[in-house]
Amino acid sequence: MAESTTYAFPARLWAGIARRRPPGIDRIVWRSPLRGPWLTSAFGAVLLATIPIVIVTGLLSYVAYGDQARPTDVGWLRLPMFDWPTNPSWLFRLTQGLHVGLGLVLVPVVLAKLWSVVPRLFVWPPARSIAQVLERITLLMLVGGLLFEIVTGVLNIQYDYVFGFSFYTAHYYGAWVFIVGFVSHVALKLPTMVRSLRSRSFAQELRTRRTDTVPEPADPDGLVAADPSAPTMSRRGLLALVGGGSLLTFALTAGQTIGGPTRQLALLLPRGLDTGDGPNDFPVNKTAEAAGIRPGATESGWRLALEGAGASVTLDRAQLAAMPQHTAVLPIACVEGWSTTQTWTGVRIRDLADRVGLADPSGALVQSLQEEGAFKEAVLNEGQVRHPDALLALQVNGVDLSLDHGFPARIIVPAMPGVLNTKWVKSIRFEEA
Amino acid sequence: MSSARAARWSRAYGASGWHLALMLASLAVVTYVVLTVGLAALWDPDVWWQSIAVWFVGAVVLHDLVLFPAYALVDRLLRLRLGPSAGRRATPRVPLLNYVRVPTLVAGLTFLLFFPAILSRGGSTYANATGLTQEPFLQRWLLLVLAAYLLSALLYVVARLRHRT
Repeated sequence: MAESTTYAFPARLWAGIARRRPPGIDRIVWRSPLRGPWLTSAFGAVLLATIPIVIVTGLLSYVAYGDQARPTDVGWLRLPMFDWPTNPSWLFRLTQGLHVGLGLVLVPVVLAKLWSVVPRLFVWPPARSIAQVLERITLLMLVGGLLFEIVTGVLNIQYDYVFGFSFYTAHYYGAWVFIVGFVSHVALKLPTMVRSLRSRSFAQELRTRRTDTVPEPADPDGLVAADPSAPTMSRRGLLALVGGGSLLTFALTAGQTIGGPTRQLALLLPRGLDTGDGPNDFPVNKTAEAAGIRPGATESGWRLALEGAGASVTLDRAQLAAMPQHTAVLPIACVEGWSTTQTWTGVRIRDLADRVGLADPSGALVQSLQEEGAFKEAVLNEGQVRHPDALLALQVNGVDLSLDHGFPARIIVPAMPGVLNTKWVKSIRFEEA
Repeated sequence: MSSARAARWSRAYGASGWHLALMLASLAVVTYVVLTVGLAALWDPDVWWQSIAVWFVGAVVLHDLVLFPAYALVDRLLRLRLGPSAGRRATPRVPLLNYVRVPTLVAGLTFLLFFPAILSRGGSTYANATGLTQEPFLQRWLLLVLAAYLLSALLYVVARLRHRT
């Protein structure tokens, strides 16, 4: 091994661990002629440029949930909450589409980055100083946090709740552990990354064929194999392979949020399935049956209860339909990263507030006929209540809502996370400033 | 700090004082995160393997000690059979290796990302959320993998023919 044999304090401890080599560790031989600081830094640079986008859009999702943000009681980890805007209407579609889509697209890069540094995992002794022990702990935060976020995210968007614990709690706190590991890793390794990237010419690598590919010069971290085999792939070939993996993932996921004909390409994702061509044939989130909506509750006996400033009004569906109707083309975007844009028609929420004497409502609590579950009710902020396109929709694409899309009436508000657009609305209580 | 003291410090600790400050700050924040989550949420005494703590460490163990060795082994077998040094000829005209590697990686990556759909693991949760079933996904995935191998085989034949002329 080319590594130095000096130990920091307490030297006897490190030397003692070094002597106790685990059986089999000497039989591990690293053969790839491509591993080296330049290659690792190339993957690192891609992740450094993109992962902050995944982090920020993820945290924005927490803000977008407003009063419904989970987990609560997060202490100092509480984000600076602000009223989630309603303009542009595709805001949540964009942020959440990026969070989920980019998160998936980066999986091949993450795997390649881990492959490129895996010899470090099997170095013996694992540490020669207290500094290295501490650094290994922060690496556990980094790698553990990243893999944990990927695994829980991938399972969640496909409804595989094998993990048993709360996704929101796990994904939120897991993100913080990852962020700490990420920041400290970047702070420690940024100079190494810059130096390594400058050690070779990127343009030159793109011109180098497999047969001309030679290993990088030996490095102090031992990423470069001591006795590499002949290359089976050029460095540019490996970069193309990883980039191709990301491109394939993009092709298989982007359609779930871009929609239109590209939806067919998302052929392995829940919202890539063909739902038909009818006006109500777009993806559903939670069926009426699953929400426990009793068949009779949505028929002629259904009433909408409005409350505010001491006044209360009850309307049936015919009375709602007799009020001024407004039509808006709005996306409904889910936290799982898919979205669908439809033409909604119904009564402006602010017109409903007017009916109970609140011309300038500051918020509202919307309740559903759904009796169980985290999203049987939702709190809307001032902007969401007052926006001219914020509707209690009765129709979609020119016909009555289907039962699964929220008949007799559902909320649709620009840029609001999909699940907060309450279906099967039973009552709205308006707040005054 | 004088340079002699700095050198002595570095010999004792193994890195600079700045390094130690960064590490301690990171540990402090993560300790705070762990305390905020609370042990009750991190550890499920009834079903131990459904604990957040187990999944956090388990994700690393699964990647480092299962996924990595597994794909490294498969690749080693492929290289021994199909690599540039395999077979009688020292340099085969067009090595088959990468034409097998790439579609195999397509199969592996798509399975890794979409196995809950492919294996229909969503069950009633999936049906409740979407009103659909996961039944189409296995066939779609198999067709995708088949297409990847066929396309790769086609490209291999083209490469062989071009090499001959």
